[in-house]
Amino acid sequence: MHRETRLRLELIGIGATGLLAAVMIGFLALDYLQDYAVAGALYEQYRIAGRLLDYVLGTNVFRHPFMWRSIATGILIGIVAPLVGTYLVHREMALIGETLAHTAFAGVAIGLLFSATTDLGVSLLLAALVVGILGALGVQWLTEHTDTYGDVPIAIMLTGSFAVGTLIISYGRGMTGINVEDYLFGSISVVTPGGARLMAVLSVLVVAVVIATYKQLLFITFDEQAARVARLNVTWYNTLLIVMTAVVVVGAMQILGVILVAAMLVIPVAAATQIAHSFRETLFCSILFGQVSILGGFAVSIGGSLPTGGSIVVVAIACYLLAIAASSRSTTAISTH
Amino acid sequence: MTVVDLQNVTFAYGDQPAVRDVSLTVEEGDFLGLIGPNGSGKTTLLHLMLGLHEADSGRVELFGEPVDAFDEGERIGYVSQQATSGGGTMPVTVREAVTMGRFAHVGHGRIREEDREIVADAIETVGIEDLADRQVNQLSGGQRQRAYIARALASEADLLALDEPTVGVDAESRDAFYQLLESLNDDGITIILIEHDIGVVTDRANRIACINTELYHHGDTESFVESDALTEAYGATGQVVHHHH
Repeated sequence: MHRETRLRLELIGIGATGLLAAVMIGFLALDYLQDYAVAGALYEQYRIAGRLLDYVLGTNVFRHPFMWRSIATGILIGIVAPLVGTYLVHREMALIGETLAHTAFAGVAIGLLFSATTDLGVSLLLAALVVGILGALGVQWLTEHTDTYGDVPIAIMLTGSFAVGTLIISYGRGMTGINVEDYLFGSISVVTPGGARLMAVLSVLVVAVVIATYKQLLFITFDEQAARVARLNVTWYNTLLIVMTAVVVVGAMQILGVILVAAMLVIPVAAATQIAHSFRETLFCSILFGQVSILGGFAVSIGGSLPTGGSIVVVAIACYLLAIAASSRSTTAISTH
Repeated sequence: MTVVDLQNVTFAYGDQPAVRDVSLTVEEGDFLGLIGPNGSGKTTLLHLMLGLHEADSGRVELFGEPVDAFDEGERIGYVSQQATSGGGTMPVTVREAVTMGRFAHVGHGRIREEDREIVADAIETVGIEDLADRQVNQLSGGQRQRAYIARALASEADLLALDEPTVGVDAESRDAFYQLLESLNDDGITIILIEHDIGVVTDRANRIACINTELYHHGDTESFVESDALTEAYGATGQVVHHHH
């Protein structure tokens, strides 16, 4: 395919994704503000559109606000997870997402215990976010003091935080009525209005930060030593990246669950790397693959009454395999020239 | 103007000394060849000069400023050992890699049209226009070298620091590469080159620093060739190796 055609297709895809995200963030904003007159009227339009969609597709999905919230959260995950993941994968830090998800799980456990033993209503997601970010800083500290992003500090952090999480959950058992399984395996129904709003705010933040630091993150990912010599503050950007990862992981955990959350950071990027010709293209394609995985996963999950997290990951892996097939075909096409 | 100024610099990894009491200066326009046996502390010394390591004692200045306060990163073009030997799967095009040379200039601002022109010029200077849209990881060793040099040129660096840049590069490309370095040096760029092939260094460099933890020679190439520094430095390693095994 010609370079210009490819670039145009990618830009159309990214534009469409952006539009979709804007529509979804618009819904979440109206959902929040629906008690105000103007917002309420606009919100009603979304509901009508949802019923219309259900009518056209013959489904019983889009008329429910909670489904919209889940889909909105999914679409935002499909943007920010591959976006951050592109840098992680090429820094060979693919499993950092998995680690931070387990740290966030300990956060959920702490939040559960806190809610059960005190009168303070603690948002579990907020607790996960705080503990996740602390975990991110902890991993960063460990790697700085062991000289490498080796997998040993990562394995210690991963299992350690999960161990703490299980201890706290076991200690607090009986005091709480919340199902931990939802956080382990993810679920559409676990997305609360507050959780979806948090995801919206965090997504806007992450996208803005990546746009602002695209060049610096690219440089340290490609050639960290040269970036140091060019007097980039490498430690600061590394910390920024890992904290953004924690943020994305906590958002994505709602739907994908602790165990599968790393998939969205890694698989769309792996697929994009197969077919992309430049870093910019990798970033764009990984977001497109992310969207296809999320939307396809939702379709499979709703159509077959299957768990959402697993469906999304299976669709993502299907994309990856297709990308491998496509890239090996294009290599043979080049070699027969 | 003095580009690099080391005074009594000492550095150790734990209790393993890598560089001991080295003093040397690199003047503007110098082509310094840094040589020494394997494990002699060449790369460590270069890292100390660039501020990648902090000296245990002694003083390091870059362009007249203490190295830890130096912040004009765009003045240094650096090609690390790992950058050139590492394959990597990251899909970055030559143009993207060379554009990184402009990052220190623009900071968080946008890459402008004039930056793109500087990048295009740099790619042309090293003669890899036809590879501009290829991925760096698909290039041969020699082509990759040129891409990294182009990045240094795009940053309009005054100092080019190269750590064994021609490992794994075929002889023909290597000659062409050193010709390129010579012509850049003629244009006024200061060059510090670590190279294991002593013949290349004595042919091209106008100054030589020969180290094996300590500095055995620092001066112009003629005096180095006439001195015993080489045998002393390399001989010393023989003894050290012998001693340890």
